Amino acid sequence: MNTLIVSPSPHVHGKESTRRIMGDVIIALLPAVLVSIWFFGLSAIHLVCVSVLACVVLEYLIQKFLLKGKSTVGDLSAVVTGVLLALNLPVCSPWWLILIGALVAIGIAKMTFGGLGQNLFNPALVARVVLLVSFPVLMTGTAFHAPESGYLFGNSDFASTAMDAMSGATPLGFVKEQLAKGVAMEEIMATPGLSYTQLLFANMGGSAGELSAIALVLGFIYLLCRRVIKPWISLSILATVFVFAGALYLGNSSRYLDPVFHILNGGLLLGAFFMATDYVTSPMTTKGQVIFGIGIGVITVLIRTFGAYPEGVSFAILIMNATVPLLNKFQPKRFAEEAQKK
Amino acid sequence: MRTFRMGGVHPADKKISKDAAIEKLPLPKTVYISMGQHLGAPAEPCVAVGDKVKVGQLIANATGFVSAPVHSSVSGTVKAIETVKDLAGKPSKAVVIDVEGDEWMEDIDRSQDIVREIKLEKKEIVDRIKACGVVGLGGATFPTNVKLSPPPTATPTCVIINGAECEPYLTSDYRVMMEMPEQVLIGGTILMKALGVDKCYIGIEENKPEAIKKLSALAPHYKGVEIVPLKKKYPQGGEKQLIDAVIRKRVPSMGLPVDTGAVVQNVGTAFAVYEAVQKNKPLFEGIMTVTGDCLENQRNFLHRVGTPLSFIMEYSGGVPEKASKIISGGPMMGKAVVNIDAPTLKGTSSILYLTEDQTKRKAESNCIRCGKCVSACPMGLEPYLLNKLGRASLMDELEQHHVYDCIECGCCSFTCPAFIPLLDTIRQSKAAVMKIMKSRPKK
Repeated sequence: MNTLIVSPSPHVHGKESTRRIMGDVIIALLPAVLVSIWFFGLSAIHLVCVSVLACVVLEYLIQKFLLKGKSTVGDLSAVVTGVLLALNLPVCSPWWLILIGALVAIGIAKMTFGGLGQNLFNPALVARVVLLVSFPVLMTGTAFHAPESGYLFGNSDFASTAMDAMSGATPLGFVKEQLAKGVAMEEIMATPGLSYTQLLFANMGGSAGELSAIALVLGFIYLLCRRVIKPWISLSILATVFVFAGALYLGNSSRYLDPVFHILNGGLLLGAFFMATDYVTSPMTTKGQVIFGIGIGVITVLIRTFGAYPEGVSFAILIMNATVPLLNKFQPKRFAEEAQKK
Repeated sequence: MRTFRMGGVHPADKKISKDAAIEKLPLPKTVYISMGQHLGAPAEPCVAVGDKVKVGQLIANATGFVSAPVHSSVSGTVKAIETVKDLAGKPSKAVVIDVEGDEWMEDIDRSQDIVREIKLEKKEIVDRIKACGVVGLGGATFPTNVKLSPPPTATPTCVIINGAECEPYLTSDYRVMMEMPEQVLIGGTILMKALGVDKCYIGIEENKPEAIKKLSALAPHYKGVEIVPLKKKYPQGGEKQLIDAVIRKRVPSMGLPVDTGAVVQNVGTAFAVYEAVQKNKPLFEGIMTVTGDCLENQRNFLHRVGTPLSFIMEYSGGVPEKASKIISGGPMMGKAVVNIDAPTLKGTSSILYLTEDQTKRKAESNCIRCGKCVSACPMGLEPYLLNKLGRASLMDELEQHHVYDCIECGCCSFTCPAFIPLLDTIRQSKAAVMKIMKSRPKK
C-alpha cells in the first residue's frame, strides 16, 4: 500500500525557484562579462573569478561558522553578487581590493542583515561605494588603463587609441574635468573616443561591466523574456534621466551633457538593468517601482551634474534603497476596491 | 480574447483525460449518502433504518434557507443512519443503503430524448430546483435555488455559465459540454427564465476549442445565449474572476456576485438544472474524472452519489504504485484524500493521483522579495505581507490588509520561488480574522 502525503492546497508548484532566478541573472550578465573578457583578457577573467569565488566562500564560511545555519550558497545568490561586484570594479583591480569588496558585500551588506532577502542595500553597490571612497585612486582615473600584460585577443590598436584619448579618466570624469577647465561642451565632445558607436559597442573607460551598452541591453532583454524582472524600474530610470538631462541640455547645450551620452555612460545601464532591479532592495508594487526609478534617475543626474562625483548611479540606487520600506506602503490596486468606489 | 484583469498563473494544462467518454460506473454494494453535501446546514434524514427506497427518492430534508435536500442514488434498504468520515476525515451523518437492483422513481423521465420546451414558470423552476437538491457543482456546492433568489437589493442582469474548467487535469465539465451540449444550453435558458433575464454567457477557456466549436454551433438556436471564449489563465473559473472576465465588472469586497448583476453557475450545474426541470430528476449522480500522469487509463465516470472512493479507485485499475497523493478536485484547490473509503458527494469532480515528484513540497527558504506573489494574486493582495503578519498573529493588520478578500486559489504558493507555503498561513489567518469580524456587533 502506498504511503500517502496529505497537505493543504495547492498541491503543485510552478517552475520558479530562487536558484533558477539567480541562474537566469547570471546568464543575463554573461554578455557583459564576455565583452569585458574580449577586451581585457586575463585580467577580466581574474577579476570575475576572484570576485565570485570570494563571495561564495565568504557566504559559506559566515553561514557555517558565524550564523551556524544551513548553507545557502546553493541558491546561487552569492554568485550573482560576485559577478555584479566584478562588473562594478575596474578591470585591473588588485586581488586584495576585490577581496575587501567581497567582504563588504557579503559580510556586511548581506549576511549581517540575515542573508538573502533581508538586506536593505544592494550588496555589490555597498561594496563599490565603500571601495570608491576608501581607494579613490584605484577605483577611478588611472585604474582604467589597459593591463600591462596587454590584450588577449589582439584588439590593442582600437583599444589603446580610445584609452589614450581618455587619458585614464572615465568619459563622465573626463567631461567634468574639461568643463571645470572652462572648455565648451561642443569641443569636449569632439574628442576622439567619445563617439556613440564606441559607447554602444565598447566604451573603453569605466568599470568592467560598463564596457558595452549592447551587451547590457541583451542581458536585460533576456531577463524580461524569462519574466525574471518587470521593466518598470529600468524604464523609469532611463526615462527620468533622459527627460531631466534633456531639459538641462536644451537649456544650455554648451554647459550640460546631452541625455543620450548620460544614458550610455557611467554604469547607468548596468545600474538600471541589474542593480536597481535587485528584488530584495526594490519595491514590490508597480507604483512603488516607478517612484523608485524616478528617484534614482533624478538623483543620478543631480550628482553627475552638480555633485562632486562625476558618476552618481551607485549613490542614487543606494539612497533609493533606503526608501524601499516606505515605498512598500503603496499597496497594489485591489480587485475589490474599484468595485466599491464605482 | 477576454480574461480577468488582475493576477493569475499558468499551471501546466494536463487535460490528459479529455478524450475519455463518460462511462457509467457500476453500482457498489453499499452507498453512504452524506447529509452534508452542500454549503450550509446539513440535511435531516426522513427515512428510517429498514425502509425500502427507490432511486431518486427523497431521503433527507433541507434544514434552513442555505441547505439542500438529499435523494437516494440507488434502490435498496436503509441499513443504518450513522456517522461516516468524509475524504478529509471529518465526520458527518450519512444514510447507508444496501443496493438492491436499480429501481427508479416513476416520475423521473429516463428517456434519452432532449426536452427543449420549458413548460414551468419562473417560480416553479426555482421550487423544482430546490426540491431536486441541485447545488453548485463548481466546487463550493452552494444551493442553486438560493442563487436564483437574489436579495431585493440586487437586480440580476445575466447568467454566466462557467465552462472555464481552469484547474489542470479536470475534464468533467469538458465532457459535459462535449456530450450534453444541448442540455447545457437548455439549462442556461432555464436559468435565464428563473431569474427573469435575457442574457446568458457561457465562458470557455481557449484550451477547449472543440467545446467552443460545438456550443457555438448550437448556441444560435437559443435566444440570448452567447459563447465567450476566454484566454487560458488560472483561476478563471473563480466566480469573481469569471464575472470580471466576461462582463468586466468586479464583485465588491464582502459583497455578493449578484451585486454585479451576474449569477454564475457551473456547466455541470446547468446540466443538473436541465435534468431537474425537464426530466424531474433530482441530483443524485455526478460526473467525475479519474486521472493522473501515473495512472494507466484516464477515465470520466458518471457516478452515483455515495459511492465509496475506494470502489471507484479499484474499478479504474487500483491506486497506481507511484501515486503518493490522492486529490479530490484539481491540483490547485482540491483536497488531499485522507480517507479513501469516503463516499462521493454531489460536488465530487475527480480523483487525481499525483506522484511524489509532482507534489512533494520543497524546503522553504528566505523570501527574496521578488513580488511574484503580489503579481500573481488575482485579488490584488500582498501575500508575502499577509504571510508575515499571519505568522506573527497580527489580526488588526491582517484585517487592514484585507485578508478576508482572499479566495484561496493558491496562486501565491504556486508561484513562490522560495517555496514558502503562503496560502497555508493566509488561509488560517483569514479564518481567524473572519471569526473576529463576525463576532462584532452589527451596526
